[in-house]
Amino acid sequence: MEPKVMDIEADNYITRKHMVKRGFVAGLPIMLGYLPIAVTYGVLARQSGLSNIELTLMSILVFAGAAQFMAANMIAIGTGAAELIIATFVLNFRHFVMSLSFMNRLRGIALKWKVPLSLGLTDETFTVSSLHKKEAKEQYGVWFFGSLILTAYVAWIGGSYLGGVLGDILPARLSQSMGIALYAMFIGLLIPSIKKESKVAVVAVIAMATNFIFSVNGMSDGWAIVLGTLIGGLSGIGLLKEDKP
Amino acid sequence: MIWIIVGMALVTAIPRVVPAFIVDKLRFPGWVDRWLNAIPYAALGALIFPGIINVKPESPHIGITAGIIAIGLAWAGLNIILVVIGAITTVFLMTL
Repeated sequence: MEPKVMDIEADNYITRKHMVKRGFVAGLPIMLGYLPIAVTYGVLARQSGLSNIELTLMSILVFAGAAQFMAANMIAIGTGAAELIIATFVLNFRHFVMSLSFMNRLRGIALKWKVPLSLGLTDETFTVSSLHKKEAKEQYGVWFFGSLILTAYVAWIGGSYLGGVLGDILPARLSQSMGIALYAMFIGLLIPSIKKESKVAVVAVIAMATNFIFSVNGMSDGWAIVLGTLIGGLSGIGLLKEDKP
Repeated sequence: MIWIIVGMALVTAIPRVVPAFIVDKLRFPGWVDRWLNAIPYAALGALIFPGIINVKPESPHIGITAGIIAIGLAWAGLNIILVVIGAITTVFLMTL
């Protein structure tokens, strides 16, 4: 029996390695989108008076792009700590809704995996992970999601540090053009789902309209996105009966 | 500064991690499951719009045009990396 056990071990090793590789490939578009934005954040944070260690530490500990940009701006104009932390909470509360959705899909996995995966959720890692429904059911799926999130995380931290150390290394026009990258990625994720199930478009458009109406009426971006996501999602209860894989 | 960073980290991490602990304790009725399953699509919608028009706040048509190009490329079935590169190229050319 001994060799058979070894075979299974070896097979499992290959499957895990394969999942890590697939996770990395799925994370590449996020890496492409994050790098220029992280570099820009690094440059901005440096100009706001943060040291390289501080701005990189923020990327390691907070890992939330929009909030970090906001922090760099608020620190530059001398906002108080309490106000900055409350604003961060409001802006990032949407991740609670996203995490609830993602964790509900990953019910089967151990808590020791759920905790690190949930901590790595951003708008981008959440949306890319969620649209890989198949992997959530596969054996060693956590290696796939772990690798995807780690790819994004490393790009975010590395880019921030680079921005802080090297200053504006990208030509301004190129780095500005790359601001569209994450939006294009979101579109690139949404369209294939709409092609599969056209009612997905209705859910997305209701979310867009809700977000738009609340933000033009002066609500903060954070709450407007939370409400857009919740109300758009509500319309999905009736529209998306079966969760097609 | 370090305490600002730690504070930001805590208020970001807690909402992210709480669901990991509570989903095992709760059994959701079917409609909540369907709601949560629709969340990724709704989140995508809310993240795309109206944010995309502020890619160049002084000229909103640039973000919209790049968005339409991205929709076209994605609809044609191109790999997502190419969709992203196509949109970046569009903005780059429009701001020449």
